[in-house]
Amino acid sequence: MNTPLRRVSLAVMVLVLLLLGQATWIQVVKADEYRADPRNARVLLDEYARQRGQISAGGEVLAQSVESPDPGDRLRFLRQYTDGPLYAPVTGYYSQIYGAGGMERAMDPVLNGTDDRLFVRRISDAVTGRDPAGGNVVLSIDPRIQRAAYEAMTSRNYQGSVVAIRPQTGEILAMVSTPSYDPNPLASHNGETQQEAWEELTEAEPPTLTNRAINETYPPGSTFKIVNTAAALEAGAITPQTPVTAAPRITLPDSTTQLENYDGKPCGPGATVPFATAFAKSCNGPFAQLAVQVGADRLRGMATSLGFNNPALTVPMPVQASQVGDLDDGASVAQSGIGQRDVRLTPLQNAQIAATVANGGVPMTPNTVSQIQGQDLSTVDTTEPDRLARAFSQSTADTLTQLMIGSENNGSGEGKIPGVQIASKTGTAEWGADPKTNPPHTWYDAFGPVPNPQIAVSVIVERGGNRGEEATGGSVAAPIGRAVIAAALGGDG
Amino acid sequence: MTRPTAPGGAGPGSAGAPGIERPADRTAMRPAVAAAVSTRRGVELALLGFAAVITTGALVLVEANQEQELTWTLLYLGAAYMAILAAAHVAVRKFAPYADPLVLPLAALLNGLGLVMIHRVDLARIARAASLGNDEPTQEALRQVGWTAIGIVFFVGVLVLVPDHRTLARYGYTAGFVGLVLLALPAVLPASLSEVNGARIWIRLGPASIQPGEFAKILFVVFFASFLVVKRDLFTSAGKRFLGMTFPRPRDLGPLLVAWGVAMAVLVFESDLGTSLMFFGIVLVMLYVATERISWVIIGLVIFGAGAFAAWTFVSRVQTRVSVWLDPFADFNGRGFQVSQGLFGLATGGVGGTGLGAGRPELVPFASTDFIFTSLGEEMGLVGIAALLLIYCLLATRAMRSALAVRDTFGKLLAAGLGFALAWQVFVVVGGVINLIPNTGITAPFVSYGGSSLVANYALVALVLRVSNAARQPASEKKPSPAAGPSAPLAPLAEASTEMVQRDQVRTPPSGVQHQEPAGPAAPTGRAPRGRTRGE
Repeated sequence: MNTPLRRVSLAVMVLVLLLLGQATWIQVVKADEYRADPRNARVLLDEYARQRGQISAGGEVLAQSVESPDPGDRLRFLRQYTDGPLYAPVTGYYSQIYGAGGMERAMDPVLNGTDDRLFVRRISDAVTGRDPAGGNVVLSIDPRIQRAAYEAMTSRNYQGSVVAIRPQTGEILAMVSTPSYDPNPLASHNGETQQEAWEELTEAEPPTLTNRAINETYPPGSTFKIVNTAAALEAGAITPQTPVTAAPRITLPDSTTQLENYDGKPCGPGATVPFATAFAKSCNGPFAQLAVQVGADRLRGMATSLGFNNPALTVPMPVQASQVGDLDDGASVAQSGIGQRDVRLTPLQNAQIAATVANGGVPMTPNTVSQIQGQDLSTVDTTEPDRLARAFSQSTADTLTQLMIGSENNGSGEGKIPGVQIASKTGTAEWGADPKTNPPHTWYDAFGPVPNPQIAVSVIVERGGNRGEEATGGSVAAPIGRAVIAAALGGDG
Repeated sequence: MTRPTAPGGAGPGSAGAPGIERPADRTAMRPAVAAAVSTRRGVELALLGFAAVITTGALVLVEANQEQELTWTLLYLGAAYMAILAAAHVAVRKFAPYADPLVLPLAALLNGLGLVMIHRVDLARIARAASLGNDEPTQEALRQVGWTAIGIVFFVGVLVLVPDHRTLARYGYTAGFVGLVLLALPAVLPASLSEVNGARIWIRLGPASIQPGEFAKILFVVFFASFLVVKRDLFTSAGKRFLGMTFPRPRDLGPLLVAWGVAMAVLVFESDLGTSLMFFGIVLVMLYVATERISWVIIGLVIFGAGAFAAWTFVSRVQTRVSVWLDPFADFNGRGFQVSQGLFGLATGGVGGTGLGAGRPELVPFASTDFIFTSLGEEMGLVGIAALLLIYCLLATRAMRSALAVRDTFGKLLAAGLGFALAWQVFVVVGGVINLIPNTGITAPFVSYGGSSLVANYALVALVLRVSNAARQPASEKKPSPAAGPSAPLAPLAEASTEMVQRDQVRTPPSGVQHQEPAGPAAPTGRAPRGRTRGE
């Protein structure tokens, strides 16, 4: 009777082995799949059980997680946004149902504490028994500038974007997109509230969830003349004194299409004007010809070294790549030279162009995160300025600065700051299927003060703001840009 | 198994050397040595202390992770647990001094870890109720401590009332009858008194519910052990040889068909695959142990498979269980919810687990009863599950070891049946929750919250201890068997496994029970030749 007893003992061990095999199958082989299954609420609950890091800028807390005020809440921490709409393009949202956007998404590993840079902190949390929490993200955004830009846009009910950059470092000082939205309802723990907010935001017209500064591209209009001029100056094709055509309209090469100046008027009384005058008045004819003269390759090369055509750029939110578009024939090169045709750029890219001029021809990698902190606010990592390859020489930069000063001084001047010299270029870009009747997008690219620029800014007001078809960069966008620069300089004086 | 090595020429002096196990069956033959056989109760006490330390550590982890302050309730709970263990230990010392020292600590450790997890799920339920503004739910852990106390009362009761396991053989048919009644009762009772969550395996008496199947399990083992001792001839008569195995004659299949009928009836009338599987598995294994014929197991599996297939065809509840088993996620929000959530919990725990108190076991329905293994697996990981399964494995094999060591057939069958019942139940319930086999509604022995299961399993362990005590007890100290006394140059005879029980039964013929096997000091007829029965 002992032989079967031994066999039964063996069978018992086999049963246990079978169980262990199946347990291994589930807890090791299938573990990742089951863990990540959207129906598995544990990961979500864990995420909300840990205090997510805060997002701050200039000493102000923009987003933070607080203990849910509702004691019946099964999610422990609630995400809260101070001045939600003001910072929403940067902070993004953090929704249980709809995921995260903006910085909440781009910096998620830091905010939820899984980033490798926080590894040592996690160990010390575990050892000291401190509640594990996420790391904090400190932004380069300057709340004063951000607020000035946002209020300048919203007080006029403008739809568009403002981006401000510190030219020497590439730090983004302001990133505004209007109309904006409040991320708080999306962070609600009430599914219905989230759902309603989401539906409202996604169906809003004009759209609110998009961050125009980095997610939308627009025709740059005359602001692209900076790129065109830089390419020409580098090629030695022109000086400020070079006489250029003053004709009110020219015929585009390789076609019969006429290209006329903004108001259909000649650029000057004579047959020619100095190039500096054409730049200041933003006459189209000379720039179209200049683009053809410089050639498609140089124009594209200059744009690329200023940051165009870079789909990998993140700030750390992914940035839509700016494009020069088709430059196959003379007409398209000519039209692209004045920022029309297929040239499309983000407001960030346009600010980057102005900043590069301000920085003497060296573009800096734009970034919004200046520091990563542990949960105890100690610094874990600091973003160092990242210098890119020089786009053009210092002398080209100096010449461009003088040309842009001429442009600035030629303008209507609303909102000018006494004693502060700004260098700028306005743009009024036609767009859409029926460009002559659409209210144009208006641009203002500027930096100041000269010398010693502290800030470079790009403003776009979509559809000409409230000025309809008469809108120009000078009348609509420029006052916003100047207000932003004033706010930036206000703190210094 | 340690093969006993007689200390070469050593007298009583070396017999007490620690750490060398001396199976009593050999040493018993040498009275001089036998007197000094260690009871090993000290080992048991140390292991119980170890179990208490592990349980306490686990409890502290739960409290720390749940940010609970140590409360008086908890202290009482811990103190009560330890007092109960101490009482059990004292009882073993007094009533079964030579019992296997591992069995009680293993059971206590399982019970302790179960209590910790039940308490942990309590905390989650309390937090949930508080957040919803409901009244605080009763703490199942406190009740379970109460059930543990009752379980130990049963445990001690069995040790006291059954001084010699062989006396149980007399009550074989009684046990079988009571077991059958218990098993059938829920099916006969109105559903309102017996049905919980679709399975009719309960008897509800006011606030307490009893799962009679848990007790029936033990009673059936007792019945089969005594039945097989007496009627073994019935199952070993010659039959046709086929594929190298001797198959019984069709007319000898009767008893097996009866058992099969009972199992099928449970499956159909109580909609309970678990109990049915439990019952039939135990029958087959005991039959195999008694007859040494694998053909019985094969026949049993075939007819059970056929029956189960038929049940799957006709019983919707069985169909549900099987379809959930095949794809738990297909009906995630419906019938597959529990199993799917359990799998999610296990997967989230991974290899190391989330840590005790740091997971979300409460997301799985019945996290403290049927599905306590997913709770444990989530928080203790694969490592924890492996550890628990090994504890079960050890417990079952200790019972098997006692079966090997004990000399009477009834004892062998009893210990083997009980040990296998335990392991088989673990396989059925754990296999169910980790989706190895279709999920059934039975509890994990000692770990799950539930009074019947805990009390019954403590009684089971007491019987195992009783058998192991008999196995290890020196012959000279055996009160009821003077015949096996010092006068024994009977050494070769002792290897005949059934000698003692036969002699004993002859001495005290039970009235009304037909133990009419030819009695005598020699091995009974129909027994395998003595040479084949290897002593251990």
